[in-house]
Amino acid sequence: MPGWSNTHHPRWLLLPALLWMGLLFVVPLFIVLAVSFATRGTYGGIIWHFTLSNYIDLIHPLYGRILGQSLFFATMTTILCLLIGFPFAYYIARAPRRQQSVWLMLVLVPFWTNFLVRTYAWMLILRTEGLVNTFLLNWGVIDQPVQLLYTPFAVLLGLVYGYLPFMILPLYVACERLDPMLIDAASDLYASRVAVFRRVILPLAKPGVIAGSILVFIPTVGAFITPDLLGGARTMMIGNLIQHEYLVVRDWPLGSAVSFVLIGVVIILLTTYATGGRHLRLEEVTK
Amino acid sequence: MRRRWSWLCCATWTTILFLYLPIGVLILFSFNASRLSASWQGFTFDWYRLLANDRSLITAALNSCFIAVVSTGLALCLGVSGVLGLEGLRARQQDVIDSAIMLPLVIPEVMMGVALMLFFVTIRMPLTLATVIIGHVVFNVPLVMVIVRSRLKKLDRRLTEAARDLGASRWQVFRRVTEPLLRPAIVGAGLIAFTVSLDDFIVTFFVAGPGATTLPLKVYSMIKAGITPEINALSTMVVVASMSLVGLSLLLQRKFV
Repeated sequence: MPGWSNTHHPRWLLLPALLWMGLLFVVPLFIVLAVSFATRGTYGGIIWHFTLSNYIDLIHPLYGRILGQSLFFATMTTILCLLIGFPFAYYIARAPRRQQSVWLMLVLVPFWTNFLVRTYAWMLILRTEGLVNTFLLNWGVIDQPVQLLYTPFAVLLGLVYGYLPFMILPLYVACERLDPMLIDAASDLYASRVAVFRRVILPLAKPGVIAGSILVFIPTVGAFITPDLLGGARTMMIGNLIQHEYLVVRDWPLGSAVSFVLIGVVIILLTTYATGGRHLRLEEVTK
Repeated sequence: MRRRWSWLCCATWTTILFLYLPIGVLILFSFNASRLSASWQGFTFDWYRLLANDRSLITAALNSCFIAVVSTGLALCLGVSGVLGLEGLRARQQDVIDSAIMLPLVIPEVMMGVALMLFFVTIRMPLTLATVIIGHVVFNVPLVMVIVRSRLKKLDRRLTEAARDLGASRWQVFRRVTEPLLRPAIVGAGLIAFTVSLDDFIVTFFVAGPGATTLPLKVYSMIKAGITPEINALSTMVVVASMSLVGLSLLLQRKFV
């Protein structure tokens, strides 16, 4: 086809964006990797002296507990988001076209709205003088305020609330593609409702389930705002540990080592996803 | 069949309630006259009035707007140009870049924050408004690219081919064909990028210098100092601003698809 490539815009247009991201996204990640093998200066800062001690320090049970806690919260959040998100996504995918876009708008607006402030709103609801406690006290259900804020429960609630849209969107894309005739066919062939769900809907929606789970798990495992505002001193997650090491203790090498453990978790998940055969493309999900 | 639908319908509305309840509570409380308790003690504008007198808040708001405008502009230039350049690559290369560009959007934000901070420290660049702007462009470029690219893929290739056949230069093709067709996506992406920049807390937290306080940083430090009705008022304004911007962006993107 002569002149075919002529209709395209020149390829070098990609260069500025690639350079920008390479210099300011990829290079910084390698700096974190390098710093994680460096030694801490007496007053913070970095001394370029190779050591593995930052990683060896991480074997300490305290860090193990924080890592375990993060993985636990992320797993629970993913499961809860799936349980809440699936009926929702399925329902809106089956709604008439015009309604679908309204439902999606309703999910997307909070999704893009200030995360910090939305998390703060839960503090108003959960704190001792908050909405829930005032309500329960006035109705005589309890006579002492219950501690809701600064508990693991509050963190889990905040995480599910914050990351639910990440689950709903890919699930919706998957459910929307599902041919309703298949469900009718299964029912006609005497499949029970449970069987229809287990053997028709779920297998077909699986790419959405996997994409959604990864999109929820990755940001939750590194969450910072939610545990920082809603969690107590004991509910620290990796994100808080990183912030603590960098900005409070100013032990950058140790903070970098923690960051790299987090990157490791993320990379393992993403490669499992990428090599997992048929999957939803991420960019279709975040349109 | 009917029963299952009504069960699903209930679940759906409950989920919507769950998503909007905290926002509603926040807005309501910002008008509550009571300083301490959650019980309703009458309607008031006092908390908003208190905010208007806080000079540091106005500085923070101006900083936020400045950062958002500049970083959105830069991200749009880099992102739109990037998307156009990407079209010329082979399908496999496009796939690779498509996936790579998603990475900044999925990794935990804390990671990006510390990585950028260490980068600036390593190159000895003092943390100022400029570093915040640079940081925001890093997460906004992929965002713009994803949104604009999904629109570009739907465009009819024959339109640009026709323009080329009729003797238009590449720049003319862009100005007269591609850009007008992409405009809803570009404006939509710009609004989203603007909102995300305005709202960003974590990356800003790590790369902002002492003089570079933004609105979210201000909100955070106020929350850490203790819950007050002024925070509710400020948060309400932030939430309303970002919700309107996002709503507008989504409407724009949908209307023209």
